[in-house]
Amino acid sequence: MNEDQVAEQFIVDLLQFLKSSKLYTDLFNAAQIEAFKPSLRVSELRKGVQSGLINGGWDRKLRNAIYHYLHTHPQQPTLPDPEHNKEPLLYIRKAQQTWEKKILKSLNSMCTELNIPLARRRAEREQKDMAARWTELGTDGPDERPWISLNLGQIRPVYAPKDFLEVVAGLQNTNYQNSVSNGGSFYNFWGIIQVPVKLKTINQLRVQYSEMSINQCQTGVDDLPDIPSELFDADRAKLGNKVLAANHAPVAREFSKKGCPDSMRGEMWCQMLGVEVDEVDILYYEQLKTCVLQHDLLVDNLLYKDVKLTATNDDHYFVFEDYLYQVLLPFSRDTVILKHFSHNCATPPKSYIRGKLGVEEFAVVYPPNGVIPFHGFAMYVAPLCYVYNDVVTLYHVFRQMYIQYFFRLHSVSSDPQGIVALSLLFEILLQTNEPELFFHLKNVGCQPLKIAFKWLMRAFSGFLASDQVLLLWDRVLSFDSLEILPVFAVAIFSFRKSNLMKVQTYNAAEAVLADVTTLQVVPLLQLALFSK
Amino acid sequence: MSSCCPPPKMARLKYATDFDKSVLLNNFDTRGWVQVSTDDDWNIYWAGVHNIRNIFSVECGFRMGDDQVINHFPNHVELTRKDLMVKNIKRYRKELDKEGSPLAEKDENGRYVHLDFIPLTFMLPADYNLFVEEFRKNPNTTWIMKPCGKARGIGIFLVNKLSQLKKWSRDGKGNSFVAPTAKETYVISKYIDNPLLIGGKKFDLRLYVLVTSFRPLKCYMYRLGFCRFCTVKYNANVSELDNMFVHLTNVSIQKTGEDYNAIHGGKWTVENLRLYLEGTRGKEVSDKLFDDINWLTVHSLKAVAGVISNDRHCFECYGYDIIIDDNLKPWLIEVNASPSLTATTSSDRIMKYNLMSDVCNIVIPPGEFPDVRWNKVPAKENYGNFDLLVDEELAQAELLSQEVKARAGASNATVRGARDLRKPTTWK
Repeated sequence: MNEDQVAEQFIVDLLQFLKSSKLYTDLFNAAQIEAFKPSLRVSELRKGVQSGLINGGWDRKLRNAIYHYLHTHPQQPTLPDPEHNKEPLLYIRKAQQTWEKKILKSLNSMCTELNIPLARRRAEREQKDMAARWTELGTDGPDERPWISLNLGQIRPVYAPKDFLEVVAGLQNTNYQNSVSNGGSFYNFWGIIQVPVKLKTINQLRVQYSEMSINQCQTGVDDLPDIPSELFDADRAKLGNKVLAANHAPVAREFSKKGCPDSMRGEMWCQMLGVEVDEVDILYYEQLKTCVLQHDLLVDNLLYKDVKLTATNDDHYFVFEDYLYQVLLPFSRDTVILKHFSHNCATPPKSYIRGKLGVEEFAVVYPPNGVIPFHGFAMYVAPLCYVYNDVVTLYHVFRQMYIQYFFRLHSVSSDPQGIVALSLLFEILLQTNEPELFFHLKNVGCQPLKIAFKWLMRAFSGFLASDQVLLLWDRVLSFDSLEILPVFAVAIFSFRKSNLMKVQTYNAAEAVLADVTTLQVVPLLQLALFSK
Repeated sequence: MSSCCPPPKMARLKYATDFDKSVLLNNFDTRGWVQVSTDDDWNIYWAGVHNIRNIFSVECGFRMGDDQVINHFPNHVELTRKDLMVKNIKRYRKELDKEGSPLAEKDENGRYVHLDFIPLTFMLPADYNLFVEEFRKNPNTTWIMKPCGKARGIGIFLVNKLSQLKKWSRDGKGNSFVAPTAKETYVISKYIDNPLLIGGKKFDLRLYVLVTSFRPLKCYMYRLGFCRFCTVKYNANVSELDNMFVHLTNVSIQKTGEDYNAIHGGKWTVENLRLYLEGTRGKEVSDKLFDDINWLTVHSLKAVAGVISNDRHCFECYGYDIIIDDNLKPWLIEVNASPSLTATTSSDRIMKYNLMSDVCNIVIPPGEFPDVRWNKVPAKENYGNFDLLVDEELAQAELLSQEVKARAGASNATVRGARDLRKPTTWK
């Protein structure tokens, strides 16, 4: 297809999407109301209705809807094979499939070992119990939690970041004559990742993140208490209020590139993600909650265990333990998430009704949202608890963030935003900016990615102080790119360079980088990108 | 921050201490100070409250030299004993009312507008009848009984029926000749049943306030206070009144609960509290809350400034316990003279170590020997994590110089005074 045809098809798809959305009905109703206004003359019907709608703010809503559609539906020619939309490169697809088989095998064996079903229906009394305690699922001892079918101590997380790193490290491009899989021994990259993905250079990154340059005031640096507020803070607050009132996603994005003031962050993120909680959303959440009450999934236990291992032990997030359950449990029942698999290399795992193994009519996606949680998954939600205290909003914001960004951090893909590309970007940037550091670490047996990988996979949640994670995620959302994560990782290594140059073992290097909670995100990013 | 680089080791002070706590001893030793016994010629004595009475007593006490400082004021109980604190604050408010000060402004219900920072409190057994009158007006309220002489949550219980107070009713009706000792007096306060809940959990605030002088008042607020969370979900249900884990946030009680976590100890930093409140409630209300907290602190100190012996050898680091209610209003629950120096988690240990270090730097200029003739104006770089709340001497001096410069019209002195008190609490 040539470009015009692609554009035409895209517009047709867009209109189709809009016509079937709730916005269409609302707009139609509003237009009817406008048309019935007595001050309107028949000869000026079209203009009158249009200006009436504009006055009512409908044009902005429409613009937001189109903007979000553009964002979530990449404008490229549909390739013949839907598999290619998910992932164009065959060897990567194969690697992802192998990995998925491995995870499922591990999950199934845990099931058989502990003799528990993947899913079971809850008894009436248990449902009532759980409903009564919905807001405090984190407290009480194990004997007071009849809905947890077994002792949590027997549950193990299905996989952890280091397992995933092994998978990513093992990727080899079969087209390379000299690659290991073809019998050669030539590693063309210094680091762990051997996949030739096209990446941005440091100069391109500088241009991309130019709003963060040192000569521009940033939230997180220039609005601290000891700096007089006339310099930046007061104007920023005024501007922020105007931006919020405008309710237009691209504008919110531009504003947030310099960071969101803490009090405006909630609304800004909602505008950037296109989350507007209305009665339909509240009802939908209640529906998910009912699903949770009716059926108990093995995945629930994985989530409980994960929260208990990560968030409950964290200084910053232990307070929000109960919110995490209220978000994660319904999340695993939400089938809307299945839609994102069309551009995600991963495939949702299938399970079969008991006794009908292999029979396609009895296949169901398990868990219903297709996402198997891993060790640290709960930490994607935790920082959001500082921004939203209403569970329904929290849920929808998290869901959007997952569908748009977080899923890329734990599936194998050649996408420039995927974890493979981000890891390679980290390694290349570190080699370019700090070659002696990289060389030294490699010599002492410490590949830097081994330490940085878990940071990238969790988007730094749980490693930085709570307000710093939020500042970092501000940039992820506003620049619409996860590339800031490897840039920050490089900045950390640069910052601790003098100590790292002295280490002689992998453990010592790990120790130097074990605690990064004292680091300030924005100054470090500015240093990494814009100095030298 | 200030304790990362070793302080100058020019002056080898001698210290004595009643506490064998690492956060103290490590601080002193790093400064190159030498430990001596309490009978020797120490420069700084970190005393326990039980010894203070002896040190300052008329009979066996001794006079301190010009180069000696001690960590308590002689009659700190005026602030740190629950009944005396309430008594002093009530008296302070009445005095301001008599003076006609705008601070003592009351609303249509007779409640103080600016100085309503302690929950309604009565002394038992002395005020028993007054209490009963109040109780009968609102019979569905809960009250909390606290013994005056104890700490760490010992002996506290909740009351929602008069029958629970039989013991004090007998004592109140009659023998008022025998003045009850601290051990027998209780205070009963209106229980704050709408505390601010975060994640569904109740918490209280512990803030550290350093006072180096009461007249003129010089006090500093530590930025790194913390919130102590209850490990069990808060439940306003009457039947839960007996469950101490739900209602009391004292760490020593929480520690024995099943869900207590030793990694974070149920403690949250005040910075996280601020981040959460700004994000979920907005900047104005959260700024106002922290302003109110500073206001409350300053006035609680001013209330006792008149009765505390302002011995120049003394300083004191208080632990303020504050509860925030659902309307983001802070309530002063009590003031501790000996905030615990035990560290429950590693971040706790670091925080308390830094606290002690910053206290030392403010009280004794680094590198020098203590001198009671010093004007007690520490250099700003020695504040560490403390922020100056009020320094009346400096404020007065500034006022005078402004007056001389401006030669402005006749501004009301009391109004200026009131504004002056407000100014340092919003330090932007």
